[in-house]
Amino acid sequence: MPLGSGDLAAIRLTLELASLTTVLLLILGTPLAWWLAQTRSRLRGVVGALVALPLVLPPTVIGFYLLLVLGPHGWVGQATQALGLGTVVFSFAGLVAGSVIYSLPFVVQPLQNAFSAIGPRPLEVAATLRASPLDCFFTVVLPLARPGFVTAAILGFAHTVGEFGVVLMIGGNIPGKTRVVSVQIFDHVEALEYAQAHWLAGAMVAFSFLVLLALYSSRGHKQVWG
Amino acid sequence: MTAFTPRLAALALLTLAFGAQADEVQVAVASNFTAPIQAIAESFEKDTGHKLVAAYGATGQFYTQIKNGAPFEVFLAADDTTPAKLEQEGDIMPGSRFTYAVGTLALWSAKPGYVDAKGDVLKGNDYQHLSIANPKAAPYGLAATQALDKLGLTEQVKGKIVEGQNISQAYQFVSTGNAELGFVALSQIYKDGKVTSGSAWIVPANLYAPIKQDAVLLNKGKDNAAAKALVAYLKGPKAAAIIKSFGYEL
Amino acid sequence: MTVALPIKARIALSRERFHLEVNLALPGNGISALFGPSGSGKTTLLRCLAGLERATQAYIEVAGEVWQDTAQGVFLPPHRRALGYVFQEASLFPHLSVRGNLDYGMRRVALAQRRITPVAVCAMLGIEALLDRAPQHLSGGERQRVGIARALLTSPRLLLMDEPLAALDSALKQEILPYLERLRDELDIPLVYVSHAQDEVARLADHLAVLDHGELVASGPIGETLARLDLPLAHSQDAGVVVRAQVQHFDAHYQLLSLVLPDGLTPLRIAQPQRPHGSWLRVKILARDVSLSHQHESQSSILNRLPAQVRELVPADNPAHVLVSLACAGTVLLARITRYSADHLGLAPGQQVWAQIKAVALLA
Repeated sequence: MPLGSGDLAAIRLTLELASLTTVLLLILGTPLAWWLAQTRSRLRGVVGALVALPLVLPPTVIGFYLLLVLGPHGWVGQATQALGLGTVVFSFAGLVAGSVIYSLPFVVQPLQNAFSAIGPRPLEVAATLRASPLDCFFTVVLPLARPGFVTAAILGFAHTVGEFGVVLMIGGNIPGKTRVVSVQIFDHVEALEYAQAHWLAGAMVAFSFLVLLALYSSRGHKQVWG
Repeated sequence: MTAFTPRLAALALLTLAFGAQADEVQVAVASNFTAPIQAIAESFEKDTGHKLVAAYGATGQFYTQIKNGAPFEVFLAADDTTPAKLEQEGDIMPGSRFTYAVGTLALWSAKPGYVDAKGDVLKGNDYQHLSIANPKAAPYGLAATQALDKLGLTEQVKGKIVEGQNISQAYQFVSTGNAELGFVALSQIYKDGKVTSGSAWIVPANLYAPIKQDAVLLNKGKDNAAAKALVAYLKGPKAAAIIKSFGYEL
Repeated sequence: MTVALPIKARIALSRERFHLEVNLALPGNGISALFGPSGSGKTTLLRCLAGLERATQAYIEVAGEVWQDTAQGVFLPPHRRALGYVFQEASLFPHLSVRGNLDYGMRRVALAQRRITPVAVCAMLGIEALLDRAPQHLSGGERQRVGIARALLTSPRLLLMDEPLAALDSALKQEILPYLERLRDELDIPLVYVSHAQDEVARLADHLAVLDHGELVASGPIGETLARLDLPLAHSQDAGVVVRAQVQHFDAHYQLLSLVLPDGLTPLRIAQPQRPHGSWLRVKILARDVSLSHQHESQSSILNRLPAQVRELVPADNPAHVLVSLACAGTVLLARITRYSADHLGLAPGQQVWAQIKAVALLA
């Protein structure tokens, strides 16, 4: 068996983290992306820039600030402590929080593009057919934006799997709790265990390639607005 | 980190671009030795007229970079095994390896008065996280696990341990309050003969194998007078005084 | 048709470089055309009626129900207005089949309020065979018919159409027009129809409202409004009048259909196949097909020569021409003749002349 039990635990943890993060991001990202696609508010630019920030910031910056903000002296940490939850640094919940922020643009932007591409007309049509805005969102917008949801889910999942810097900064490298695949690979390399590193790293390359292949192949057929 | 580090980094880049000059020495320095080498550099440059250009990083990464042709001339590692490996593999001037500092392990908390003089706080149960450096990759991490073993606390603290990838991160977890306690390098919390913040217990040397930090003159530096001068300077009394003032043994 | 309450719309709206201010009353039945050049505000007005565009100040009342009254802070959102809207492009939902598209609006209307059945609508628009197709696999004309059916199935109190034929080529237009005529004749739903095509308006509309630069220029029954010399309509190349006439007789030997003009006396003979006696037809008489003379020239190939009285003369856009408005057989006719002929004949208001009609187009 080329992969040790530690490696398998890291893989399982990574998949759990990525799945949960993706689900949360789709739930949070959908209204956010919809708002960004629809609003004429001046805040649009500010919010759009904030959402895109993780694209340009090194993960270490995000990790560093999360460490401060989620920590016992940070305002979020103070709040979680006041609620009796303790702090979430060094926990799976903390990794989920970090991953949600880190992968946010990878989910919000495809959704926003998908929503924008729908344009105002289908919404107007639905309104003249007696659909309330919420009704229209579920019966027209969501089905039409389906390719955007697929892209967002794939990118959010894959990007979370590939996350390293943030986890490194706030994870604490706890086996089964915060030691994800990318950190495990780093450990192997640091410890000069190149063989194990190769197995895991190779698996990551194969996984990422397959994900992107699925993504780029599915872009072939696009729905045409009739 | 002091204000002139970005300038040094820029200099290092420039030097990489234009090729090393005779009176300049390119040094790879383990992160934990950042503050001491800056103090040493100042004194070294004043005394010899040579220029010291330092890059800071993890010892394992420096190893990989040196094996792949990085232009370092002197290497101050955080351990003794990596320089030994380089020696075996013929990447250094034969016989140039020496211990320039011996690290001291400290149990530290950012809270004043939290750590007692005997380190008994470790045995208690009122802390949630104990930060250590990754024992697989960082010598201080290994030393921390050895000390816990000797104290018979390994099982007891198992669920509390959080690992930083290096000793800087282990320090960061404690300094931000995310971990109440942590094993750090004394050099990180020590200046001019005393602990600078929080509370600490200096772990007795008999609880862990000595953290020897070895330096080597790399093949790239064998014809560089500045590189040789630096190696000699590190063995001299001025450097020794500086190194000790930062909490290292010799 | 029952006596229907009129549609009232007082709308003011300001956009950058565009201002719309209209006070309009349209009949509560039949087809009202909103006519005007592009940029005149007709589509914006239609969108205001639907609530898709929010007017700065508005009072909109349809079938006795107030849809919008800014003075009272009333604004029914589009989905709470009992209207059907047909867009220029059919805008069918691509993720639904034709049936899914038709059901979409119908399902959202309470059962008790549904007055139009899918079977009837599909038959009326000839789309029974398309129900299981995807919108992407329909022709432009088929899509537009499905779009109209979809709007009708919400049993609207008002049907709005925004240039539903503009995106279609003339063959497809001819395919759709008969369906629109059936809607007008068979359904008791007022229809407001935006168009900039005079032929469509003449063929379909009962009432005509003309917009220009965001203002209402004219509003009235189609026959009168088309003949008004003060409107640009009468000056276009296709200017003419629309007349409702009743079938009186069919001459089988010469294959000529005789109609009676609105005065109930004057016959108009046209080369058309037989139609039921007593049925009503719409005919269009173009201004350029009407010539004038002082004598009743029986030695001529022209079939229809009608006594008429000159009402008004105005210069046409072309300096060689004048437009003459005539009172004739209980209706108004337009004649476009050369200024030379007008002078030569010494035409003046009040004068009796003979109008010679060279061609009559049957609209329905």
